Amino acid sequence: MKLHLKIWRQKDRKSEGKLVDYTLENVNTHMSFLEMLDTLNEELILKDEQPVEFDHDCREGICGQCGVVINGNAHGPLKNTTTCQLHMREFKDGETILIEPFRAAGFPIKKDLKVDRSAFDRIISSGGYVSVNTGQAPEANTIPVSHEVAEAAFDSAACLGCGACVATCKNGSAALFTAAKITQLAILPQSKEERKQRALRMIVQMDEEGFGHCSNTEACEVECPQGISVLNIARMNYEYNRASFLKFKKK
Amino acid sequence: MKLDAKIPQGSLEDKWSNYKKTARLVNPANRKKLDVIVIGTGLAGSSIAASLGEMGYNVKSFCFQDTPRRAHSVAAQGGVNAAKNYKNDGDSIYRMFVDTLKGGDFRAREANVYRLAECSVNLIDQAVAQGVPFGREYGGYLNNRSFGGVQVSRTFYARGQTGQQLLLGTYQALMRQVDKKTVKLYSSHEMLDLVTIDGKARGVIVRNLETGEIERHAAHAVVLATGGFGKIYYLSTLAMGCNGSAIWRAHKKGAFFASPSWTQIHPTSLPQSGGYQSKLTLMSESLRNDGRIWVPKKADDNRVANDIPEEERDYYLERRYPAFGNLAPRDISSRAAKERIDAGHGVGALKNAVYLDFSKAIREQGQAKIAEKYGNLFTMYEKITGINAYKEPMMISPAAHFSMGGLWVDYELMTTIPGLFALGEANFADHGANRLGANSLLQASVDGYFIAPYTIANYLADQIRVGAIASDDPAFDKAEKEVKDKLDALLAIKGTKTVDYFHKSLGKLLYDYCGLARTKEGLEYAIVEIKKLRDEFYKDVKIPGDSKTMNAELEKAGRVADYLEIGVLMCYDALTREESCGAHFREEYQTEDGEAKRNDEDYQFISAWEWPGSLDAEPILNKEELKFEFVKPTIRSYK
Repeated sequence: MKLHLKIWRQKDRKSEGKLVDYTLENVNTHMSFLEMLDTLNEELILKDEQPVEFDHDCREGICGQCGVVINGNAHGPLKNTTTCQLHMREFKDGETILIEPFRAAGFPIKKDLKVDRSAFDRIISSGGYVSVNTGQAPEANTIPVSHEVAEAAFDSAACLGCGACVATCKNGSAALFTAAKITQLAILPQSKEERKQRALRMIVQMDEEGFGHCSNTEACEVECPQGISVLNIARMNYEYNRASFLKFKKK
Repeated sequence: MKLDAKIPQGSLEDKWSNYKKTARLVNPANRKKLDVIVIGTGLAGSSIAASLGEMGYNVKSFCFQDTPRRAHSVAAQGGVNAAKNYKNDGDSIYRMFVDTLKGGDFRAREANVYRLAECSVNLIDQAVAQGVPFGREYGGYLNNRSFGGVQVSRTFYARGQTGQQLLLGTYQALMRQVDKKTVKLYSSHEMLDLVTIDGKARGVIVRNLETGEIERHAAHAVVLATGGFGKIYYLSTLAMGCNGSAIWRAHKKGAFFASPSWTQIHPTSLPQSGGYQSKLTLMSESLRNDGRIWVPKKADDNRVANDIPEEERDYYLERRYPAFGNLAPRDISSRAAKERIDAGHGVGALKNAVYLDFSKAIREQGQAKIAEKYGNLFTMYEKITGINAYKEPMMISPAAHFSMGGLWVDYELMTTIPGLFALGEANFADHGANRLGANSLLQASVDGYFIAPYTIANYLADQIRVGAIASDDPAFDKAEKEVKDKLDALLAIKGTKTVDYFHKSLGKLLYDYCGLARTKEGLEYAIVEIKKLRDEFYKDVKIPGDSKTMNAELEKAGRVADYLEIGVLMCYDALTREESCGAHFREEYQTEDGEAKRNDEDYQFISAWEWPGSLDAEPILNKEELKFEFVKPTIRSYK
């Protein structure tokens, strides 16, 4: 099939970017979306043009490195699917596809379709962990966790850190990402000790990184490749209020 | 050079305890004066960086990905083994040790393998304490499943995303140390050379992949936890960025490279489909707990799977290996698939696949139960192929997956360069000639959490008087100049073929001649062809852009340049080992019924290759004899 592509090209962080048109002939419908971009780059290189820089690594939907906005949707048209798992059979012959980077105040563009998501690292670093050193752990079965709690914790922990939630939010909010980690660690018994401090620190960090506020449009859940529920955000708000209340009472 | 593995004295059970009792220590006040560089942030790299940070050392952690959480440990699906015996099915550390040693076809060190099994129990404790949401029974206790090559259930899992969950636990431990400023993080940085001073590892040259800047970093010890190089086959289950460059460049600075040709070809990956393809997606081995593998009994059968009646299906693993059936180890399962495919029984458009069928399990357990166990894998399968595997069988095929080979290390995980350690898949140590499923996450974690913190401290104990290592030493000047010259030389070629063309050509040669089956003639041919391809690469590769900015093609070119050298060494390694063992199958050495024929008399050793100083010279073979004091090597049978 034949495709018309409109791709965001931007030289570096400081330069202004623009959409550039490309036409690609003979696209195989079994190709993945990224293999389609590989094919384009192969052509561009041979024509002495600069290939399109895009993020990707595992190409099996788990590392969270890939991610572009396709025709206005983060990761494209399929539900619960990363860009690398999207295949060209989802597009029509002759179609025009708009390809842009994940845009948000918290995600500066590095080049073309690559964005800087290091703010996520700093949010995790501010409290998204259990303070246990190597060697301190007790025997695993001394901490029973019910099947339901373990499964619920997993649902939150499954986040890839890809940033589609931020890219799709009209406020550029990182609430779903932050809430998923806060929730996972708030419901598991082994990480409850640091609940209060964790919620407060992570939310402060999230705000400092320039992400917007959550206004409950629930767009993030729709675009999340792992289907992480917005109920995590409700839980985060509860954890924040609980922590603020308990902190206040202590004084 | 005589290789000393430095195995501690004592009985098998006491060796590691004896080592820990006598290992030297570094006073807490001195630790902050000691710098350690860790390359790679997968399970091995993150866990050693976090552990050293917790102990108070100054750590610098590097990864080429945009954040440590993307390292390829993230993609491991099925699980992690530990000899907890929670299932009361007769498991023990000793049994896990024997299973792993036998799984590796008796081509690993007894002491290392025993230590791996011994530390496995601590890993589960550590991960649970970090909040890793392992699968649980309804009573709240940890659940297990089975993996290939064993008859007990010792595999812990977090749905089909065990690697992701273990890595996130480790990543969080690492980020906690970043917050405490004991670890400084350098994401989007790739190591381009190792710097040695007076024969010791003293630092690295790295490239900032966003700005193109070349940087120097000095330290008292360097840890390579850079994973495997199975991506050398181009089509593989690995991530696009996985590479062998860090260990290869360390090899060229004096680190021996052990068993480079021992590559695990995983039996349950999606089949190759066309020239545009960039990756072969793995379907977890855990699927073989409930999936049955078969091909049509009739060759060139063009009917769709569901039209082929039961009596016309050949469940060849159950037929050939009744004791282990569909859970036969990976090397054996892959070879059995290749045998059927080569005999004309392959299925799918290119006749290069076999069926993995869940209909019996769905009939017996219900679709809901199967969905709970493997739902994400079925979804992933449908996304890629458009086929609903609840309704018809999956089609699977063997694909390059794991490097059993890697840098040679002694019992302390130190390479032949003092102060240079190699952890996880980057070393060769524990899996012998074939790795058992769910032992990879285990080895990476155990190396990083429980072994290297002791052995690196033992090395650093006499470094406290050395003082800070200066990065303006002439050795750094020289290494930096070489790195820059090499980048400039690559960019100056301005040929007519892209980097991927060379990578794909190399991958095809290796699949054909140094893959599932090898012959003397094939390997000799491949050595000549790879060298020709390498010459062509340096005359005709086309790399756009420059080295001063972000340039993904330049990154790829550097990695492929190294692959073109590693590929030749792999073929020498396979050529000189005139026996079959584990994943290394030389067609000349097989039993009458097509099983691998080991030759313990002549080949009970590890091939540790030494860089001869130039690409024109033949690599130098050093042998580490393997001694089996506790288990007598037997014929490895799963029948």
